[in-house]
Amino acid sequence: MDITRFTSKKFLIPAIISLVILIAMVTLPVYGSLYMVILITAILMFVILTVSWTLFSGPTGYMSLASAAFFGIGVYASAILLPTTGGKLPLLVVVVIGGLVSSILAFGVGALTLRLRGIYFAVFTFGLVELIKQVLLWWENSVTGTRGRYVMLVENDVIFYTMLAIFMLLMLTFFFLRRSKYGLAMQSIGENEEAAAHRGINVTMVKVITFAISAFFMGATGAIIATRWTYIDPYIAFYILYSFLPVMMAIFGGIGQIYGPVIGAAIFAYLEEVLLTKFPYYYMLIFGVVLVAAILYMPNGIVGLVPRLVRRLRKGGSAKQHAST
Amino acid sequence: MLVLEGEKVTKYFGGLAAVSNVDFHIDQGEIFGLIGPNGAGKTTLFNLVSAALVLKSGTIKFKGEKISGLKPYQICRKGVARTFQSVKIFGNLPVRENVLLGTLFGRPTTAKAANAAQETTELLDFVGLSQMSAMAARELTLVNQKRLEVATALATKPELLLLDELMAGLTPTEIAEAMELVTRIRDRGITVFMIEHVMKAIMGVCDRIMVLHHGEKIAEGAPQEIATSKKVIEVYLGE
Repeated sequence: MDITRFTSKKFLIPAIISLVILIAMVTLPVYGSLYMVILITAILMFVILTVSWTLFSGPTGYMSLASAAFFGIGVYASAILLPTTGGKLPLLVVVVIGGLVSSILAFGVGALTLRLRGIYFAVFTFGLVELIKQVLLWWENSVTGTRGRYVMLVENDVIFYTMLAIFMLLMLTFFFLRRSKYGLAMQSIGENEEAAAHRGINVTMVKVITFAISAFFMGATGAIIATRWTYIDPYIAFYILYSFLPVMMAIFGGIGQIYGPVIGAAIFAYLEEVLLTKFPYYYMLIFGVVLVAAILYMPNGIVGLVPRLVRRLRKGGSAKQHAST
Repeated sequence: MLVLEGEKVTKYFGGLAAVSNVDFHIDQGEIFGLIGPNGAGKTTLFNLVSAALVLKSGTIKFKGEKISGLKPYQICRKGVARTFQSVKIFGNLPVRENVLLGTLFGRPTTAKAANAAQETTELLDFVGLSQMSAMAARELTLVNQKRLEVATALATKPELLLLDELMAGLTPTEIAEAMELVTRIRDRGITVFMIEHVMKAIMGVCDRIMVLHHGEKIAEGAPQEIATSKKVIEVYLGE
């Protein structure tokens, strides 16, 4: 809201770290291997899904399981638009269209269902993924008579940079939204929606628009990642795990801080990759154990460990400090 | 000038008339009390005015303009703020941000950031919470939570403030302070409409009082008239 807040010391260290990481990322294709580029692209995809999920569900407390639907729509937008236009439509336009279509769907769905509270909203959004998947399957079976689609190939570097651009745009949106008065409004909705409405907040509007913004990024990500997958069908595009993973990654990282979901998703996605290649048979088992341990011992996620560690390092253990936790 | 008018205000819960054909009016600058036994429909009437509930028939006017049918946030921005019987604050937000929220969203025109900050400070001072502005709202004691709720309501710059049992659960000293707070709110030029069970308090601060029983208005008048009304004594005050 005001400029002095950004230049204050509190932001200096995170700002420098972010800048270093950013430079490392932008120059990655120069020094990194192709494997690195593809791996980081995949990790970025999960980070974007997780952060955009947190953008809406974090402060408002509405647990959305529709991520796979918005992501899948982006995937399909790209799979339909790119080949049918023979690649004439610029990739960036396709990505934006993928995001916009998801966003419009989220707006409509949100307007209809964001009055459902708690578990009902979660169940509805979960159903939405299945609904779209089944409709597409039916469409492909009985109308077009095909199964799935081939997507045009795009260079790995282009995919990487597009993904990075979406990520940066998302982080800026997330940062400014959270610090704006609408960030405060979203938090108040999560705290007590009725009271928020009686303090002059148009709760429906705030919820629906944020939901639509979060869906935009999911759709855009789907649209760009589709070009790496070469073949997609409704089962691949609307895979329900894309709804659950962002939730788990966000909780794993910690929802309270902006960098929580980023760190959570990055570690989680990397872990998945490593486990999948190193222990293909035990991968799911190890994964489950890590998740259970994380939830049991890190209720505020990885990020929540930082203040605890700092306290311990500053010669913790005195009764006073325990009382303050 | 009339600030609030209700005409044949009616609300059913299933077959039960929670509020039935109630006519009332509140003049500008008044402290208007609403009393009645449990289940008389007092809070329901508040919910109808603030649009937490939609009325079945009748109309509610604010400064001559019909407000029934609007959404809660619109009513708030028009200048009608309320508190709740069970305190509704944003527990995990700092005290200060609770109030700031009202200044940022609850007004007909958006307040400038600098003004909002200044007015927030002033309001915290007004209700006596300056020392606790950085605390999480849930950490406050009940009486301070109630004060905070009043401050967030005042932050929306209301012309009419609905107070739902501000004094319930408070100690005698706190009640005296709350009574004083209510008169200070009126001295700011804000009309007050309050539900209260604490007789001493309501008789002491109100200009006029309305009595509801089974959703119907059974009496209205100055505190002295209410205290001596045979009907009111029968159904509510007791011998």
